[in-house]
Amino acid sequence: MGLQPYILLSATVFCIGLFGVTTRRNTIGILLGVELMMNAVNINLVAFARYTGVAAGMIFTVFTICITVTEAALGLAIVILLFRVRRTVMADHLDLLKG
Amino acid sequence: MTEQITFAALSITLVGSALAVVLSKNLFHAVLWLALALTGTAGVFLMLDAEFLAAVQLLLYAGGIITIVVFAIVVTERLVGERLTQTNMRIGGGAFVALVLLGFIATVVTRHPLPMTRPEMNGDLTRMLGQSVLTQYVLPFELLAVLMLAGMLGAIYFARPEE
Repeated sequence: MGLQPYILLSATVFCIGLFGVTTRRNTIGILLGVELMMNAVNINLVAFARYTGVAAGMIFTVFTICITVTEAALGLAIVILLFRVRRTVMADHLDLLKG
Repeated sequence: MTEQITFAALSITLVGSALAVVLSKNLFHAVLWLALALTGTAGVFLMLDAEFLAAVQLLLYAGGIITIVVFAIVVTERLVGERLTQTNMRIGGGAFVALVLLGFIATVVTRHPLPMTRPEMNGDLTRMLGQSVLTQYVLPFELLAVLMLAGMLGAIYFARPEE
């Protein structure tokens, strides 16, 4: 089996994540969409690393996984802080900059 | 043949659970579907001979992130009272953008020649990963440690109790 099915699979997951990011109202739901997109990127990295024989892709997958975990922890801390200040986590109620 | 069947099953699981993550009405269910999607990704890593990455994926993602997200939902969701609808007015636009992007990537990918076979593996991939992380890629590795420390401090600072 070639590289192509893996790339198509990761593209599909990425686009589903993008759909989630654009349509969710809840900030936590948006973060879930971002996680899906990051996940698709990881599949791509590992697939290219395995099919080209360059191991750097797998090493950078370790890095991206760690960065994603840090990002999720910080993002959720920000969400909790937002909830404490504004009493809502709905993205369309967070419009202080709207003017 | 077995490879194709396994890949098809993994793809159906992954795409199905990803769709459930973005479409499910209840945010809590969405997180549980995300756990399934992340586990499916670990399966894809196993198919690509990356056992170590599959283990990391299960430990950090399916273990770590799901726990944090469940905590965040429990803290922020009003569990009683009326449930707000989870999606906004942009479903058509979002679907359009996602489908156009998918079509674009699919066209590019199908038009370009991609490798059909994997190069032969020599030696243990996990051992190789560990060795290059501590030799050639030691600077990004240390920077990653600093990043995680900064992230941890930031998360503690944001989530501190009110004075």
